[in-house]
Amino acid sequence: MSVPMLDFVPIWTVILGLGVFFYVLLDGFDLGVGILYGFTFDRTSRNLVMNSIAPIWDGNETWLVLGGIGLFSAFPLAFAIIMPAVYFPLFGMLLALAFRGVAFEFRYRDAPHRTFWDYAFCLGSALATFSQGIVLGAFIQGFEVSGRNFAGGSLDCFTPFSILTGVSLLFGYALLGAGWLVLKTEGELQDWARRLGRWCFGGVLLAIALVSILTPLLALDIAFRWFSWPNILYLSPIPILTLLLAIWEWRSLNNRSEAAPFAGAIGLFLLCYLGIGISLWPMIVPYKFTLWEAAASPNTQAFLLIGALFLIPVILMYTGWSYWVFRGKVRGDIGYH
Amino acid sequence: MELDPLFLSRLQFAWVVAWHILLPAFTIGLASYIAVLEALSFTTGRQVYFRLSTFWIRIFAISFGMGVVSGIVMPFQFGTNWSRFSDATANVLSPLLAYEGLTAFFLEAAFLGVLLFGRRLVPPWAHLVAALMVAGGTLFSAFWILSTNSWMQTPAGYEIIDGRFFPQDWLKIIFNPSFLYRLAHTVVAFYVTTGFVVIGVGAWYLLRDRFVEEGRSMLSMTLWLLTILVPLQIFLGDQHGLNSFQYQPAKIAAVEGRWDTVSAAPLTLFAIPDAKTESNRYAVEIPYLGSLILTHDVHGNVRGLKEWPADERPPVAIPFFAFRIMVGIGLLMLALVVASWWVRASRRLYSSRWFLRCCEFSMPLGFIAVIAGWTTTEVGRQPWTVYGLMRTADSVSPSLTGNDVLISLVGYGIVYLVIFPVGVALMARLVRSGPLAPGPEPDPVEGGRPGLPVSALRAAEPEALP
Repeated sequence: MSVPMLDFVPIWTVILGLGVFFYVLLDGFDLGVGILYGFTFDRTSRNLVMNSIAPIWDGNETWLVLGGIGLFSAFPLAFAIIMPAVYFPLFGMLLALAFRGVAFEFRYRDAPHRTFWDYAFCLGSALATFSQGIVLGAFIQGFEVSGRNFAGGSLDCFTPFSILTGVSLLFGYALLGAGWLVLKTEGELQDWARRLGRWCFGGVLLAIALVSILTPLLALDIAFRWFSWPNILYLSPIPILTLLLAIWEWRSLNNRSEAAPFAGAIGLFLLCYLGIGISLWPMIVPYKFTLWEAAASPNTQAFLLIGALFLIPVILMYTGWSYWVFRGKVRGDIGYH
Repeated sequence: MELDPLFLSRLQFAWVVAWHILLPAFTIGLASYIAVLEALSFTTGRQVYFRLSTFWIRIFAISFGMGVVSGIVMPFQFGTNWSRFSDATANVLSPLLAYEGLTAFFLEAAFLGVLLFGRRLVPPWAHLVAALMVAGGTLFSAFWILSTNSWMQTPAGYEIIDGRFFPQDWLKIIFNPSFLYRLAHTVVAFYVTTGFVVIGVGAWYLLRDRFVEEGRSMLSMTLWLLTILVPLQIFLGDQHGLNSFQYQPAKIAAVEGRWDTVSAAPLTLFAIPDAKTESNRYAVEIPYLGSLILTHDVHGNVRGLKEWPADERPPVAIPFFAFRIMVGIGLLMLALVVASWWVRASRRLYSSRWFLRCCEFSMPLGFIAVIAGWTTTEVGRQPWTVYGLMRTADSVSPSLTGNDVLISLVGYGIVYLVIFPVGVALMARLVRSGPLAPGPEPDPVEGGRPGLPVSALRAAEPEALP
C-alpha cells in the first residue's frame, strides 16, 4: 500500500476502545440486571426490575454491533482471526442474547408462558455474560495463527483461565446491575439490590485477585511488563486505585448513598479495562499482530473517520436525551413518572 | 460422509438471513406507516389515526425486537464463518456496514424507546419526531446494507493487491452499478409487503364487523398506496432484471433456463431444468418474447449457460423456480389491486365479501415474494461471493470443521423455530384483540403502550391489584 500521510491507527484505537468500553458498561449493567432478575422475590419486583431497563436495552446492545463492526473496519485482520477462534462462545452469546432480547416483549404478551420467558431472560443474560468472559480470557491467552488465518481448533478457547474470566464477568456485570438497581429503585427493592450487590462485590474482588495472579503466570510477556523496573513504579497507581475504589464501593453498598455503588462499579471496570489494555498494548491479536499490522488501509480508515467524528457525538447526544427522558426512579404503578 | 463446513456454513447463512430478512421486510414499511399515522394524528387530531398508530406500534415492538436479535447475528457470521471473505473485502465493505450502524442502528434504538414508552413523557411533537427518526433509521439501514450486497454482486471502484480488495473510489463503491436498482426494488417490495399485511388485517376486522372505522381506514388508505406501488414495483423489477442482464448474464441465463446462446430467444414459462443434460424438459415457451423482454428487440442476442465453464455457472433450478414464484405473486398482487379499483368504483370496497376474503388471504404474499426474490438473486450469483472475483468456496473460515458448523446450525435452527413462531403468534393475538376501544381523551399512559408492562400485567391479573 501507499505510504500513509497520516497515521489513523491511534485515533481508531481510541474510538474502538471507547466503543467497547461503552458496550461493557451499558450492556454490562442491563445484562447484570438480567442475571439478578433470577433472584427477584415476587411479581412486583420482577416487573420493576424489568422496567428499569426495558426502554434502553436495545440501544445498549447496539454498541455490541458497533464493537464488532468497528473491529472489522479498523482492524480487519484481528476480526478475521479472532472471530473464528471464539466460534462457540460467540455462538452461545448470540443465541443467549436472542432469547433474552425477545423475552422483554414475549414475557408481557405471552401470559400463559410467562415463567418460561422469565427463565429465558435470566439464563440468557447469564449465558451471554459468561460467553463474553470466555472471549476475554481467550483473548488474553492468545490464538494460534498461521499466515492471516486462525489455525487452532474451535474448542481451544475453553481453558480453565477463560472459564475463570467467564465467571468473573458474571460477578462484574451483576455488580453493575445491582448498582443500576440501587440507583433506579427505592424501599424494599433497593435494600434487596444492595444486599445482592455486596455478594457480587465479594465475587468481583476475588475474581480480580485471581485473574491478576494468574495472568502474569500464564503470559510471560505480561509478567515482564508488570514487574520490570521502572514499569512497576509507573503501573503501581492501578492496583492502588483499585484497592481504594474497592473500599469506597464497599462502604457505599453499606450506607444510604444511591449513585455511589453504580459509580464505584463503573470505576472498577474502568481500572480493570485499563489494566488489560496496558498489559496487551500494542497487540490487537495478542502476541501475533500489533494494531498497526492488523489495521485497515489508511484510505478505509480515513473514509470512515470523516463520518464517525461527526456521527458519534450526535449519537451520544440523542442517546443521552433518551436516558434523560426515562430519568428518575422506576415506578410500578404507572410505568414511569 | 464427511461433513462439509463450506456447505453447512452456506446453509447456516441462508437460514439466519432468510428469517432475518422477513423482519425488515415488515418493519421498514410499518415504521413508515406509523410515522404517517402519527403525522396524521398530530395534524388532524382525528382519534382513528391515534388508535391505529397505537395499535401498530404494539405489533412493531415485537417485530422490531425480533429484528434486532436476529440482526445482531448477521455481522458476526461474517467473522465466524466467512473469515477469509472478511479479510479480503474488509477494506472496501467494512465502512459501509459501519455507516449502517452509525447512521441507522443507534437512531432506531434510541428513538424506539421514546416511541414505545415515551408518549406521556415527551410533548406530542417530540413523539412524532421519534416516529420519523425510527422510520428514517430503517431506511438508512436498507441503504447501506443493500449497497454492501450490491457491491458483492457488481463490484466497482476497487483494486486488488495480493488477493485483497482495496478502495479506490468510494462513490463508485457505494453507488455500484446494481445498487440503485436493487435499493428501489427492495424498498418498494418491503412497502408492498407491509401494505398487504395492513389490508389483510383491515379486511379481517371488516369481515367480522369489528373495529369498522379502523378497518376501513387501513383498507382504503393502503389500497391507494398499493395502486401506485404494485405497478411501480413491476416496472422496477423489469429495470433491475435488465441491469442484471448487463452485469450478471449468467444469473439471467439461469433465471430464464437458457442453456444455448441464441438470437430471438423464447420466453420459457415453465420447464424442469436439467443440469446433467444441459437442457430443459417439459418446456412451455413463447417465441421471441425472451429476447423482447431482455433486449427490447425480437432478434436480440441472449447468452446461454453453456458459454460459461460448468464451475462458473449458478445452480439453475433454484433461481429458475424462485423467480417464477416471485413474478407469479407480483401478478396476483396486481390482480388484487385492479379488483380494488372496481369494487371501490362500485362502492363495495368495505362490503364485498369475496374481495375482503382475497385481501385476508393475501397477507403472506409479500413475504413469500421477498424470500423468492432474495433466493433468485443470491443463488443466481453463485459460485461467487464477490461476483467473478472471489469464490464462495474460498471465503469460508479455514479453521472450522463440519462438526463445528453442524452444532451451530442445529442451534440456530432450534432457537429460530422457537422465537419466530412465538413472535408471530403474539402478533396474531394482538391483531385479534384489536385497537383499543375509543376513549374520550387519549390516556397518556395507556396511549403510549397499553402493553406498558406493569399496567398490562395488572389488567390481566385482577388479584395483583391493590
